[in-house]
Amino acid sequence: MLKFTGKGVYGAIAVGRASVFFQKKKAKIRRTGIADVEAEFARVEAAKEKATQQLSEIYEKALREVGETNAQIFEIHMMMLEDEDYNESIRNIIETQLVNAEYAISLTANNFSSMFAAMDDAYMQARAADVKDISDRLITCMTADCEKTIHSDQPSIICNDDLTPSETVLLDKEKILAFVTAYGSSNSHTAILARTMNIPAVIGVGEEFLSNIKDGDMIAVDGFTGEVFIDPDQQTLEQMECKQKEAREKKELLKRLKGKENITLDGQKINIYANISGVEDLGAVLANDAGGIGLFRSEFLYLEGTDFPTEQQQFEAYKKVLVSMAGKKVIIRTLDIGADKKVDYFDLGEEENPALGLRAIRICLTRPEIFKTQLRALFRASVFGRLGIMFPMITSVSELEKILEICSEVKCELQEGGIEFSNDIEIGIMIETPAAALISEKLAPMVDFFSVGTNDLIQYTLACDRQNPRLESFCDTHHEAVLRLISLSAENAHKAGAWIGICGELAADTSLTEAFLKMGIDELSVSPSFVLKLRNTVRNIDLRS
Amino acid sequence: MKQFNYTIKDEVGIHARPAGMLAKTAKGFQSEILIEKDGRSVNATKLMMLMGMGIKCGDTVTVTVTGADEEAATSAMQAFFAANL
Repeated sequence: MLKFTGKGVYGAIAVGRASVFFQKKKAKIRRTGIADVEAEFARVEAAKEKATQQLSEIYEKALREVGETNAQIFEIHMMMLEDEDYNESIRNIIETQLVNAEYAISLTANNFSSMFAAMDDAYMQARAADVKDISDRLITCMTADCEKTIHSDQPSIICNDDLTPSETVLLDKEKILAFVTAYGSSNSHTAILARTMNIPAVIGVGEEFLSNIKDGDMIAVDGFTGEVFIDPDQQTLEQMECKQKEAREKKELLKRLKGKENITLDGQKINIYANISGVEDLGAVLANDAGGIGLFRSEFLYLEGTDFPTEQQQFEAYKKVLVSMAGKKVIIRTLDIGADKKVDYFDLGEEENPALGLRAIRICLTRPEIFKTQLRALFRASVFGRLGIMFPMITSVSELEKILEICSEVKCELQEGGIEFSNDIEIGIMIETPAAALISEKLAPMVDFFSVGTNDLIQYTLACDRQNPRLESFCDTHHEAVLRLISLSAENAHKAGAWIGICGELAADTSLTEAFLKMGIDELSVSPSFVLKLRNTVRNIDLRS
Repeated sequence: MKQFNYTIKDEVGIHARPAGMLAKTAKGFQSEILIEKDGRSVNATKLMMLMGMGIKCGDTVTVTVTGADEEAATSAMQAFFAANL
């Protein structure tokens, strides 16, 4: 038995077989013998064509966005792909050694890049990376199709170095017992997903775990303590079972709170809503008796496909949520793509600092056609329930003015087309930048509500990258600066007659519930599985004491 | 056969970008265009080899053009070197 410790992000236990994915991602190039030299040549040519296509798209985009001088490197990459010596070397290796194209490419890449690396000029040494880069691209073009999605046939425990948001989205959620990742922080996408799905996740168990785990290994995951056991012994298994039973009983107890009010001992009430990431989470929302939906992350509509979701597709999803919630409030956040949530077809390009980059509302305001499609779908769906729309990543009054203007345009267009929409749609903004909190006095009169996105607010206030696990000791989520910004926003919201909720991870932090109640926070929106736990906390608080 | 010498004035020498442009220009002609420095010579259409020569600012290269369109190719090369390197 081997034991590893990371950080548990959802308290639950799982025992099962490991599904290991990182090895596939970083698979070493294998040397395999081949018989048909021509077929291998043809594979190289096909990959070259595909790679050139990709590069020319990247080039065109770079040309538009960073100018010709900087874009030229991609043109050079295309020329490198055509280089006679490079191609001759690949063909020679295939022909004389009768080996697969991948191997021939990687050997050629090594030879050429060592030529550059051996030069006495730092600039030329750096070109070694270009050779590697084009060669990797070629090899990926040959194998990409089988790499893209993570599959597992049986329910298993996903073990990975870290998952990107799009990989997380592509997982078949029915077949996941738990997550274990070598890196990642408790704010990573994997962690958020695990909380939504009520399955244990242990993150940041370290690199050593990766070298010890194999596909199919039996492992036990303790999401309470953050411990992971490879090949657990009998005693450990018994302990796990015992813990699992306790957890279930506790959950049963919480179920008894269903249908009860969210009210403190001294009579202060608060709304407890749920955060959802898709239509499939609705069951959990209703089962846990949430008072509404405080955050519907609409970007999942965008992350799932290979092209923009149409107005009709979005309309259907929004309508379904509104109908299912039967008149309870549903707050849908407009797309929050960018930063750690990347989608290829958005063509956003690489950014030095994506958390501070072109994301969320900034994309919407730069490319209003995307924004308008979503707004039309939202407005059309509004007749099926009680809709609130909120906009992420606001930093200024002028942004909000622009948004409201676009909203009016969309409404006018709908009216002209004779398409119905509700007149009581609530409009709100996320408070997730220190800027928005600090000017909340000016923003509040323009909206119906605020919703504090604590994950980003913490990241931007404390200058701590939420993806970086090494910063966790610096990232004090209870930092006074963060709490003051929330308190200030609450005060200004109420002054203007608006209400304020919290939809970030901090809303579920029961050690802060009392503080939030004292600030007069009107709503807390949490993962469905936290709703009843939070209700229990609220019902035991006495603000008089 | 036509030949000329050129001393590189560009600060970084024949780095990726001009090497790429040079190879592209050279490909436009039938003639064989060789770039020679310190006894090593490389065909100007061969981007990677050209970069591998590590030709720096202050180095003098000899450009040799042989072929049917050597007149035109030579003037194009001279113009290219003067404009870019």
